[in-house]
Amino acid sequence: MAETGGGWRWLIAGELRAFPMRFLLAGLAIAIGVALAFAVHVINRSAADAFGQAVRSVSGGSDLQISGASALGFDETLYPRLMALEIVADASPVVQLRAMIGEQNKPITLLGLDMLRALTVSPNLIGRTSAEAGEAEAALDMDALYLSETARAQNGLRIGGRVDVRANGRSHSFTITGDLPGVDAGQAIGVIDIATAQWRFGRLGMLDRIDLKLAQGVSIEAARRAVETVLPGSARLTDAEAESRRGDTLSRAYRVNLDMLALVALLTGGFLVYSAQSLSVTRRLRQFALLRTLGMQKRALGAQLLGEGALLGIAGSLLGLAGGYAIAGAALRFVGGDLGAGYFGGTSPKLHFAPMAALLFLSFGIATAVAGSYVPARQAARIAPAQTLKDAGDPVDPRAAPKAWPAMALIALATLFAFLPAVNRLPLFGYLAVALMLAGCVAGMPWLARTLLRPLARADSRLPSLDLALHRLLGAPSQASTALGGIVASTGLMIAMAVMVTSFRGSVDDWLASFLSADLYVAAASNEASFDAETQRRLADTPGVAGIAFSKSLSMTLDPELPPVLLLVRPVAGPGYELPLIEKARRPGVGLALWLSEPAARLYGARPGAPISLPIGKEGEPARAYVAGIWRDYARQQGAIIIDARDYIALTGDEMRSEAAVDIAPGASVPAVRAAIEARLPPDLAGRVSFAEPASLRARALALFDRSFAITYVLEAIAILIGLAGVAATISAQTIARIKEFGMLRHVGMTAGQILAMLASEGALLGFIGVTAGITVGLALSQILIHVINPQSFNWTMATTIPWALILAVVAALIITAAGTAVIAGRRAVSRDAVRAVREDW
Amino acid sequence: MRWRHMLALLALGISCAGPAAGPDPDYPPVMPGVEFRFPRDHGAHPAYRTEWWYFTGWLQGADGKPLGFQITFFRSRPSADPSNPSAFAPRQILFAHAALSDPVKARLIHDRRIARAGFGLATAAEGDARIRLLDWRLDRRADGIFRAHVPARDFALDLAFAPTQPVMVNGDRGYSRKGPRPEQASYYYSMPQLAVTGTVVKDGKPIAVKGRAWLDREWSSTLLPPNAAGWDWTGINFDDGAALMAFQVRGRDGHPIHAGGTMRRPDGSQIVLAPADVRFVPRRRWRSPQTGAVYPVEADFIVRLPEGVRRVRLKPLFDAQELDGRAGAMPVYWEGLVSTQSGRGYLELTGYAGALRF
Repeated sequence: MAETGGGWRWLIAGELRAFPMRFLLAGLAIAIGVALAFAVHVINRSAADAFGQAVRSVSGGSDLQISGASALGFDETLYPRLMALEIVADASPVVQLRAMIGEQNKPITLLGLDMLRALTVSPNLIGRTSAEAGEAEAALDMDALYLSETARAQNGLRIGGRVDVRANGRSHSFTITGDLPGVDAGQAIGVIDIATAQWRFGRLGMLDRIDLKLAQGVSIEAARRAVETVLPGSARLTDAEAESRRGDTLSRAYRVNLDMLALVALLTGGFLVYSAQSLSVTRRLRQFALLRTLGMQKRALGAQLLGEGALLGIAGSLLGLAGGYAIAGAALRFVGGDLGAGYFGGTSPKLHFAPMAALLFLSFGIATAVAGSYVPARQAARIAPAQTLKDAGDPVDPRAAPKAWPAMALIALATLFAFLPAVNRLPLFGYLAVALMLAGCVAGMPWLARTLLRPLARADSRLPSLDLALHRLLGAPSQASTALGGIVASTGLMIAMAVMVTSFRGSVDDWLASFLSADLYVAAASNEASFDAETQRRLADTPGVAGIAFSKSLSMTLDPELPPVLLLVRPVAGPGYELPLIEKARRPGVGLALWLSEPAARLYGARPGAPISLPIGKEGEPARAYVAGIWRDYARQQGAIIIDARDYIALTGDEMRSEAAVDIAPGASVPAVRAAIEARLPPDLAGRVSFAEPASLRARALALFDRSFAITYVLEAIAILIGLAGVAATISAQTIARIKEFGMLRHVGMTAGQILAMLASEGALLGFIGVTAGITVGLALSQILIHVINPQSFNWTMATTIPWALILAVVAALIITAAGTAVIAGRRAVSRDAVRAVREDW
Repeated sequence: MRWRHMLALLALGISCAGPAAGPDPDYPPVMPGVEFRFPRDHGAHPAYRTEWWYFTGWLQGADGKPLGFQITFFRSRPSADPSNPSAFAPRQILFAHAALSDPVKARLIHDRRIARAGFGLATAAEGDARIRLLDWRLDRRADGIFRAHVPARDFALDLAFAPTQPVMVNGDRGYSRKGPRPEQASYYYSMPQLAVTGTVVKDGKPIAVKGRAWLDREWSSTLLPPNAAGWDWTGINFDDGAALMAFQVRGRDGHPIHAGGTMRRPDGSQIVLAPADVRFVPRRRWRSPQTGAVYPVEADFIVRLPEGVRRVRLKPLFDAQELDGRAGAMPVYWEGLVSTQSGRGYLELTGYAGALRF
């Protein structure tokens, strides 16, 4: 095949020179797909690394950890029981709190440690003092606070100074004695003595964690079994790996959705390659035929087209990898490792390059481009040279009616898949349903076009341009369906995304309206639990307050493999709170009534009335409870459980609260009540409490929603642009390929205007059919997104809202683009000398 | 007299009294004229700032090869705020150290335990010697025999110490001065010539052993002279049943600040050595490759007895008996197995790797 090497280069270069835009677009689409997928991967890798590092940092190098099932922790008597186990070489008890230091409201993780134990169990958490003080004395300094470099930098603190530390609603002053050299950069951690932590921050008798160092030769599995025997219901066994896994679980569904969007971009790229290549094959059929008669092998011709695709894929993918890395860097800097979704709070990841993933995505991009070229390559290889040299017609016989059944079968399979359950908490079948539905629609296009256009063609419109356009579309079915496929796919995806996001936003808005029904909300800074019983009483007596409900939230582990749920403590019936209930238990069950959010109910498979146990009971025994109802929630993807404040106090005695909802008496003004409440706050809380009215909270929540969908919006815009560009490229390419035809038409007496009208009609007809089909498939896809993919990924449901205005705008834009491009490209083609156009083509 | 530990522990006590902590706990002063009562005084004296049970000795297995060992339990009462109700509040700290010297391999292995008292994990009972510190234990049984159970990293000691002589009370009936000022003192008794039997696990193999040991018991609340840099101490069991304890405190300029000791003759009579009666004369120095410290590993204790001056020449069984405790919050010192003419014991040299902090 060496002798064809020259032909190779000549053909590719010629084709590129002739239609740079088409190849540029195809390459760009592949680049975008690869960039997106790679960026999502790199960002997540970096974020997961940072999260894992945070987990490891806080665990300080211990083998295994016991953690409180809830933020309330567990009884400290577990510590000697663990120390008595044979498998335990040493154990380090830990009080863990979220704390504020200094004036900045940047939270740190505050660990209360017994340094004498940490020295052997978690040496990375041991503080380093200045040179004069010895390690031994530092180990028992009740007044010392050790801060990691990040914690100091964030709060502008220096070693040697004194600082107020606030946690759990209390404040105490410490000397910053030293730093924590074993803590990784980026982790804001502070360490104090455990006895001081228990005493000064209201944690007497309680621990949040026990770090274990296992005896030599004890396997983690054996240790787990031994530990389980002494573990109360209020504590859980974890290791850094499981913690990281939980962090991964939290963002996985979101990530997979982004990956799917990247895949769509990649597929769009693949489709553009296909359309560009099949048009170029159509255009170059006679070149190929000539090459074949000159002795080029069938295989060589196919290989050449595949090679063209591969080159495009390599160029696009390399561009995509570079772009993806850049996007990841920018996203990490400006949006954070969770892409604005709020999953990895408090960690600031560093960018990691992923060479293996880069290779993988590079090969995806190339494979997509090669796959896009495969069908055109086969088509080119199959041509009969002699016949083709004479006439470059449509490769598909227009007289044979296209079959509808392959499309039907695909759509039927898609429908079936849409009803299958999630696999490993991921909506794999849902995504497959989307893909099959799209494939079905594209496959059904020739049949649909023929079915819709034939009646029109039979009815004589007496408009030669329109009639010609109709017959042309019917007579060249493969070119028509190539253009249609692009329009349908991009319209469908666009509409589906638009409907889903609109529905979601509408549901969130309704939910916010019902959730935020009080007149005024009061929150302690950084949600510290700051309102004690006395403050609560004083605030309730404020003039102008008709009712006030205090609340707090704490995280709680129900299943070690799942991220912790939030336990919301608040009056279930009271001012300012109204649960947006979806379902209610028909009759009360045994034990405490708990109200589960929809994600919580789906994650833990709880039905109304079903029993559920709460790991915060007295003496570490889980409390018995039942699901009293399920409410709609879009705020807490990890799930939330509401417990009535009275039940919670009876269970734990904990009366500290961090937020309040206030109903204002008729006639009282919000600013006046706000001022009155502020005046009644204890002095140490003054200035540490923020007020919000429902309107601003709602605006903030919706802004948060938009932020978390920011990347989705961007992708949607890109999808629309690629779709439009694809349509434009397809139509203009087809138009340019038909110069000979236009010359002929000019010869038989058609005016340039008539030809342009014909082209516009063709474009509009194509656009119309494509858009009609696209809207239909888009609506169907949106239902898969809303009822299958969203509930299976995020465990929430929503009501469909159709954005008619947006859909109309998209329809208009597509039809105009299709017709407009046809006209613009046509104008160029028609403006050429008709005689020469025909002669050039023989 | 193990001042290096006292220093470390006193440091613990000092630092616990941070600016925000409450008043200093009232440590009882050490005063002359207090009679020891046993077994009560074998037990802990938790009110005092610091206290220890310090065993050193020689062991011999069936193969006849010698081994040296030390097992020490320390108790310290930090000056933590007594109003802290937390069960983790460091009201007492227990701390133990064990080392095994192998002259054949010229190698020293050691390990330690430390914990705050509480949760039944670390306790030093009053009334008799009964100490639990994580997995290490020291008990004095009704038969008067002390038993130590010390499983450590790389070795284990399971030893019984049977007294063969009455308690040797040091200083002025147990009031032992450490410096020029009267409050620089401790309550101090020794139990020399303890008969040891038990098991040593070394290189994974248990060895039945027999030997002789020395127990030092001391408790105090007060500080050493502020200008001290370190000290040199020895405790020797002589083959004829006699015993010698002698020490000197060195100032930062290298000159002695204070000295003292006790000589017990084979007949049980005792001579208290005054500061002027004890002199420490280095004879050969050894440079530690790890720390660069230079120790007088071979030296003479010259003690003045009524019958005349006696020169006790101490020779180490091997030189490399330095304990580099820098990694474990401990000072660097040399604690070595030594022999002398018709006697064996331990020599302790501190403050040579930089002056100890007070």
